[in-house]
Amino acid sequence: MRFLLTLPVVLPLAGAGISMAIARHPWAQRVLGLAVTTAVLGVSLWLLVVVDQQGPMATQLGGWPAPIGISFVADRLSAVLVAVAAAMSLAVLVFAIGQGAAVGAAVVFHPVYLILAAGVSAAFLTGDLFTLFVSFEVMLTASYVLISLGARPEQLRATMTYVVVSLTASMLFLTALGLVYAATGTVNMADLADRLGALPGGVRLAVGLLLLVVFGVKAAIFPLFPWLPDAYPTAASPVTAIFAGLLTKVGVYAIIRTETLLLGGDGTPAWLLLAVAAATMLVGILGAVVQDDMKRILSFNIVSHVGFMLFGLGLFSLAGLAGAIFYVVHHVVVQTSLFLVEGLVEQEEGSGALHSVGGLLDRTPLLALLFGLPALSLAGVPPFSGFVAKLALVEAGLAGGRGLVVAVSLAASLLTLLSMGRIWGSLFWRTPAGHAVAAVHGGEEPETAELRVPRSLAAMRAATAALVILGLAVALFARPLYGFSERAAADLLRPGVYRTAVLGR
Amino acid sequence: MTVALALTVGVLYAVGTWLLLQRTLSRIILGLAMLTHGANLLLLLAGGRAGRPPLTGDAGAGGYADPLPQALALTAVVITFGTTVFLLALAYRSFAVTSSDEVQDDVEDRRVTRLGGGEEP
Repeated sequence: MRFLLTLPVVLPLAGAGISMAIARHPWAQRVLGLAVTTAVLGVSLWLLVVVDQQGPMATQLGGWPAPIGISFVADRLSAVLVAVAAAMSLAVLVFAIGQGAAVGAAVVFHPVYLILAAGVSAAFLTGDLFTLFVSFEVMLTASYVLISLGARPEQLRATMTYVVVSLTASMLFLTALGLVYAATGTVNMADLADRLGALPGGVRLAVGLLLLVVFGVKAAIFPLFPWLPDAYPTAASPVTAIFAGLLTKVGVYAIIRTETLLLGGDGTPAWLLLAVAAATMLVGILGAVVQDDMKRILSFNIVSHVGFMLFGLGLFSLAGLAGAIFYVVHHVVVQTSLFLVEGLVEQEEGSGALHSVGGLLDRTPLLALLFGLPALSLAGVPPFSGFVAKLALVEAGLAGGRGLVVAVSLAASLLTLLSMGRIWGSLFWRTPAGHAVAAVHGGEEPETAELRVPRSLAAMRAATAALVILGLAVALFARPLYGFSERAAADLLRPGVYRTAVLGR
Repeated sequence: MTVALALTVGVLYAVGTWLLLQRTLSRIILGLAMLTHGANLLLLLAGGRAGRPPLTGDAGAGGYADPLPQALALTAVVITFGTTVFLLALAYRSFAVTSSDEVQDDVEDRRVTRLGGGEEP
């Protein structure tokens, strides 16, 4: 079964190479992309089932035993994230192909998209801190290309900021790696877990804080997030959707992994994590409330919800970690589907700016359904998945005696509802404004020009509907999923399981 | 030897950070390059003392240089080379579009300027 571990990385990488070679046949590229992402989804679901039954498993690349060789490890947390990421890649790819124009037509889109998928899987599966750095770079370099596809002046400006911020964080990561290696003489995570424990407290704190800053930039936590709402909205809708679903979650995963496995919960003070979590929730959602553009509102919402995941981690209890894991799964699905809905709105109206849209309820009632369900889920209205996720976190928070942070999280949920309500009011309840109609019929806004006629509106809608239904399924199967999250959290709290799987002792 | 290298790393980080905080894109890119060099040098330093190349012969324990940090630094060099080239292309494209080498104001900056009654640049 160990061959399963590397397939989610190898398949898309090989696919990317072939895709580049057949760049002259766009239809072949599309078929290949769909085939590869479907295969990755199948493999990762298989991996998920195997890992859940047998516990964490590891493989050593090239046959060199750990800690000399590079390990690939899947425990329950990694496996579920790889599976969710694969599902998102497939749905968003279908959406992008359906949209046709803009990104779907670019020759480099398909290869780069597959490389992004490979990088994300590698980041979740690697058991080596340096390979985590390489995976981040693979993923980010692919994202630089995707975010700047189209090269509008506004995009160039935002991409520049995005690239410089990401690279600076990567250099800090490299610095942290140098310091970790100098202190311990290893970069294998399982081995590090042993050796970091023997270091003096000050060194551990320094390493912990440096890694928190590095992954905090990628995850967009409170003082380090402003690049996200600036850069994401400028990309094409499918690109923003896949970024929103996956990239920040890789950062969150890395924070969870380092805090639990490497630092065993005493790397960074709990109050610091909780304070950052509260600030992220509140500042993110306050940013969302004052925005006018749908993409920008949703982007600020990503920031706010990263705070919820960090809150679960900061509690550092079984219930808190289980809540955080459940929250990540719920949020990936819901946030991606919301961005896909935004893509459909842009297709319909030519823009996602709230002041220029309206009257969609009469024209496309389906769109109202597709937006309404995930929006209510995001805000945490029962009986949707967001409610279950937030309930788990609130209960864990109260059990851990963190009433203040719980209060902040509830306020942030209420404001999420407000921001979703504003989008709903503008899109569906308002009578269409005159200029909105003009935008549909040959408007001249920059976004309109490149949307043109979609290749298949049905494919775009089907991809969005599939994700919305998946979001409902998360709520429907909340009990088994939460049970799974608890088992994953229990693994995290007993790093010995992970060490045994990798080092064999 | 190690002290001199450590000082070099410090200087590279300081210069890189200072350049990164400038407003012109070309300086920012140079700053990132400095930071990269600093980080790579730090990786090399992390390997401890210099020694014989770990390829052939038998120098006994401790006689060889640690090859792992060198491999890490090599990987990092390749990655940062690629991203720096991308960044340069991006900066050139940005220069071709806006005919200025400066970082542009973002959406919020412009909104604040407008609310404050100032003129948009």
